[in-house]
Amino acid sequence: MPRADTTDAVGLGRSRAVGFVAPALLLIGFFLVFPGVWTLYIGATNFRLTGIAARSPDFVGLDNYRVALGDERFYHSLWLTLLFVFGSAVIGQNGLGFTLAWALRDTRKWLKRTLETLVLLAWILPSSVVAFLWVAMLDRDGGTINELLRTTPGVAWLVEYPLTSIIIFNIWRGTAFSMMLYSAALSSVPPSHLETARLAGASGSQTLRDVVLPYIRRYALTNTLLITLWTFNDFTPFLLTASDPDAEIVAIYIYNKALVAGEMGYSGAISLIVLLINLLLALVYLRVGRRGTR
Amino acid sequence: MELAKKVVRRILFYVVIGFGTAFFALPVLWLLSAPFDDRPTYAVRPPREFTLGNFQEILDNRYAVGSLVNSTILSVGTMVVVVVAAALAAYALSRARVPGRDGLIYLLLLLSSVVTGTAAMVPIFLLIFQLGLIDSHFGVVLVLSGGLLPAAIFLLKDFIDTIPRSYEESARVFGASPLQILRHVVVPVARPGLATIAVWTIVQVWGSFLTPFILLRDPDKQPAAVLVRTFYTEGGSPNLGLIAAFSFLYSIPVVLMYLLAWSRYGFRFHGGIKS
Repeated sequence: MPRADTTDAVGLGRSRAVGFVAPALLLIGFFLVFPGVWTLYIGATNFRLTGIAARSPDFVGLDNYRVALGDERFYHSLWLTLLFVFGSAVIGQNGLGFTLAWALRDTRKWLKRTLETLVLLAWILPSSVVAFLWVAMLDRDGGTINELLRTTPGVAWLVEYPLTSIIIFNIWRGTAFSMMLYSAALSSVPPSHLETARLAGASGSQTLRDVVLPYIRRYALTNTLLITLWTFNDFTPFLLTASDPDAEIVAIYIYNKALVAGEMGYSGAISLIVLLINLLLALVYLRVGRRGTR
Repeated sequence: MELAKKVVRRILFYVVIGFGTAFFALPVLWLLSAPFDDRPTYAVRPPREFTLGNFQEILDNRYAVGSLVNSTILSVGTMVVVVVAAALAAYALSRARVPGRDGLIYLLLLLSSVVTGTAAMVPIFLLIFQLGLIDSHFGVVLVLSGGLLPAAIFLLKDFIDTIPRSYEESARVFGASPLQILRHVVVPVARPGLATIAVWTIVQVWGSFLTPFILLRDPDKQPAAVLVRTFYTEGGSPNLGLIAAFSFLYSIPVVLMYLLAWSRYGFRFHGGIKS
């Protein structure tokens, strides 16, 4: 191919190029692509961590999926995940992220900086540390929340309201991304449009709806898809509520089934369902993103 | 009427700011005060008696220092693998004509966001189990590298694309081999991009919990992320002084690296990619 030579100005050549790409592709192939594809097979076996099925798992076809369809606990965990994702990401992080970005859009610099730093700090601290910070906040005896509310005897928030607790925790943990994204989006709204709206006597909500929303609609969609995907796969709530059945979102359910109960085959089947949901979310995200660039 | 509206808006503004500040600051304040409190409690409060004694507890704990070493091994190990493999791949993808490369990169990015966290837990565990790499740092490094590489290649290729080829062409004229060109010409020019990827990888691995949690069962092998949880879930009343001081020490490197990265590269640095 003569054209290959003209673009290959640095003389890499095809075989060397392949050699350069090979280490990365092998790693990705072995530890990313293969596990993804292998889930298909695992989910169709009765693989267990211990016992006879550990040494020679049998092929059971769609049995695991049949069991999953009648598994109350699985449905319950899906329902909890839906509440968790909807409450903490779609409503919580989105709403609070936008509110903060909007409130801070033209305030004094030090105020904006300070609050942004605080919100970002919640995002960058290691997950097992922030999990403990919230365990301490919500503790029954002497936690900050109970001290502030002066509840006696204290409320064991994590035990009595586990789902609400992890929802609030995740809002706190993840709002930073939405806030930064919306604050970038809001800066793309031309100031002259806002000025015109103000002169025309538009109220705050009218301005938001008619002037701001058209500019940020795509950002909002992108943001919602991304945080949904992340929240859906997040395992951090486990650090707060462990295996509490009232906060057993799918992430924790898979962990309990696979590594605690040792039912690898069955949890492989559940994983495949999760993978497909992820794939769906990611494809919608790519579609939305691509439409935006044209 | 106008005035009333203005006042209401002002009040609303301060409520949002006040609530936001309290909500985000309160939990973190504990991390700033409790490590220096001689008798820390769960509640946030200024240190009753300032002390550095809690940091002594870290030295006295059988696993604490070792776990920080383990975190370092995992982070640096993964960083080396990711930076080297991503640099080679990104360079080749940027300079040679590989059919369908953009599609390939997007496909890998898609995969890395789909086969992640919970969804990948079962096959990853079984794979490492079958390879006999449970309780091995090497296994964790491989798994984490596989997950981080697509994003690293994507970011680096973007960066290398902006470097003009004329340097490489002249080096070639003088008879340098592609590997020499990469090492002596491209790497020095691409240093900011490589540094970004290195910092990003370290931060990701330093904080990651799930992968080491399922793949490392031996407490002598576990990184700080896993050990912190052991401190407050296992047996008796937790030693708050130890947890506070250890969490503080464990968090500092990540905060510093983010600050460094922000001051240099701005928010784009981690925009959108977080596992």
